Amino acid sequence: MDLFEYQGKQFFAEYGMPVSPGKIAFSVDEAVAAAEELGTPVMVKAQVHTGGRGKAGGVKFAATVDDVREHANNILGLDIKGHIVKRVWIEKASDIAEEYYASFTLDRSAKKHLGMLSKEGGVEIETVAEENPDAIAKIWVDPVVGLSEADVRGWIAAANLPEAAVEGSVDILQKLYTAYVEGDADMVEINPLILTPEGVVHVLDAKVTLDGNSEFRHPDYEQYDATQTRDEREAAAHAKGLQYVGLDGSVGVIANGAGLAMSTLDVVNQVGGKPANFLDIGGGANADVMAGALEVINNDPNVKSIFINIFGGITRGEEVAEGIIEAMKRVKIDSPIVIRLDGTNAQQGRDMLEPHLGDALMMEPTMLSAAEKAVSLVAG
Amino acid sequence: MAIFLDETTKVVYQGLTGSTGRYYGNLNREYGTNIVGGTHPKKAGTDVDGMPIFASVADAKAETGCNASCVFVPPPAVKGAVMEAAEAGMELVVVITEGVPAHDEAWFYNKLITDYPGTRLLGPNCPGIIGPGKANIGITAGHIAKAGGPVGVVSRSGTLTYQAVYELKEKDIGVTTSVGIGGDPVPGTNFIDCLAAFEADPETEAIMMIGEIGGSAEEEAAEYIKANVTKPVVSYIAGVTAPPGKKMGHAGAIVSGGKGTAKAKMEALEDAGVKVGLNPTEAGDLMAEIVKTL
Repeated sequence: MDLFEYQGKQFFAEYGMPVSPGKIAFSVDEAVAAAEELGTPVMVKAQVHTGGRGKAGGVKFAATVDDVREHANNILGLDIKGHIVKRVWIEKASDIAEEYYASFTLDRSAKKHLGMLSKEGGVEIETVAEENPDAIAKIWVDPVVGLSEADVRGWIAAANLPEAAVEGSVDILQKLYTAYVEGDADMVEINPLILTPEGVVHVLDAKVTLDGNSEFRHPDYEQYDATQTRDEREAAAHAKGLQYVGLDGSVGVIANGAGLAMSTLDVVNQVGGKPANFLDIGGGANADVMAGALEVINNDPNVKSIFINIFGGITRGEEVAEGIIEAMKRVKIDSPIVIRLDGTNAQQGRDMLEPHLGDALMMEPTMLSAAEKAVSLVAG
Repeated sequence: MAIFLDETTKVVYQGLTGSTGRYYGNLNREYGTNIVGGTHPKKAGTDVDGMPIFASVADAKAETGCNASCVFVPPPAVKGAVMEAAEAGMELVVVITEGVPAHDEAWFYNKLITDYPGTRLLGPNCPGIIGPGKANIGITAGHIAKAGGPVGVVSRSGTLTYQAVYELKEKDIGVTTSVGIGGDPVPGTNFIDCLAAFEADPETEAIMMIGEIGGSAEEEAAEYIKANVTKPVVSYIAGVTAPPGKKMGHAGAIVSGGKGTAKAKMEALEDAGVKVGLNPTEAGDLMAEIVKTL
């Protein structure tokens, strides 16, 4: 789950990190009211789930309330890498002497947490990593052992932060690690972490990705779930608890298991088709789930044929068959369905589908032949 | 010989009293897995379809001498279940449960490495392990694999594991062991662990490795194969056509910042002498050609 900057800052503030006061605004008038309340100068910042906002004109300094009106007017509705700006964050402006970078994420190769700290903040860390890798100080943290103050001091020394920034950074970086671990984040990033002319270290931006699997111990994360950017199809699938990613082709795909679903997309492409989506009905999917998945696919106007690819492990063939039959009864499926069914209780499932086979539902013995069939049906 | 388990492996099921645990516990028992029972802190002394329930893994071990556990408990209980099994001295812990928080995984992975080096963790979020004709721990449909080798299978994806062993069976090729390592960010057992075990296993003569987009596990495996594996390896990587930045179901399956693409993985593997198929069927065909020459 990706958080907007302002949500990330609220998240950081809960762990005692210093962030600037600000207000979220959904309209120009709200932005102006926020600026009047905070007092100018302020920053007007587009809130989108993507980087590169500054370059796209989504972050502006406003010296006066009139400036706020002008910038908010320009930024709201702006398209930043396909993300339309629907909200702006109005924040008290800060004086900046220096800009740093700090983050924690999981290093899957090392199986440890990886902290990255750099004196060269304010630009994308990928750029720093390419052009000047020595400017990034890395620290690997064993989750069982944790991160001590001494570790943090050593890390700051390795990053060559100036003396004036040391104490403030020690405090913030320890809190950042706590937020990362206790908050079950996949990633926390501050870019830039700034040093003000007065010598104060301050969090000026926040990029936070939370682990959706941890929601059971963070019931308040539901609020972030509600603000995820999803296209209409994705939102409908999400509401049914399905793993769905919208694509731009015409073969609707339903498979069980992420690997098989990805593989199904590959095979559809290889036989000359274009998948309309990735949809994993998951392990142990029952008739209801299958019916829901078919409804989601059916609502996509681009879909011309549907390829259901099931290899049952935890998913049982007879449940899949029941779901398809049930869905065909429940809603009118507009596109022909091609199914390939193997694995647990596959024969039982195939026997159940047999009497329903025809122009609307076809069965193929292999993944490849089913893909070919589904793709040929698109062409008509 | 199978890797990590054999017909003498005695398994206790943590979560046998739940509906999923019970269903697969029964299937695994029918397959011939030596199941000693299940655990539940409040249901000791009862049974599930004739399989006795113990209060803890330690109790089960004391009573039965079990040396492996299979975990079906819900995500919030997985960390505790893994530690309970490790503390009781289980040599193999197979976690089927999907949806375990990444921080829990990272924590118990490191805890086991440091304090319980005798425990091999498989998963979480994996289909388990099957030594065809010997034992099946997890959710793989047993009949899809032909016993007897000569191929060892290792895969990051559950359903693709099934697809792979099934493709082999269709060609009358047997499997020594099929290991599903799972698609989570911190798998307890990784490709390299399995490659090393297959390389050392005299019955395994060729290796099928199924990967997917995201992370760098396949690239690391390629390095390892180049330096250490003498047996022929065939591979398939799922997600060739996956768009960047979109998480494809598995927590690990995402192409981000130009890293973790199927293309890079396939190139790394080919560079290590691995034959790479463009789909599971092609990978099966490539393996069939190799098996003919063995």
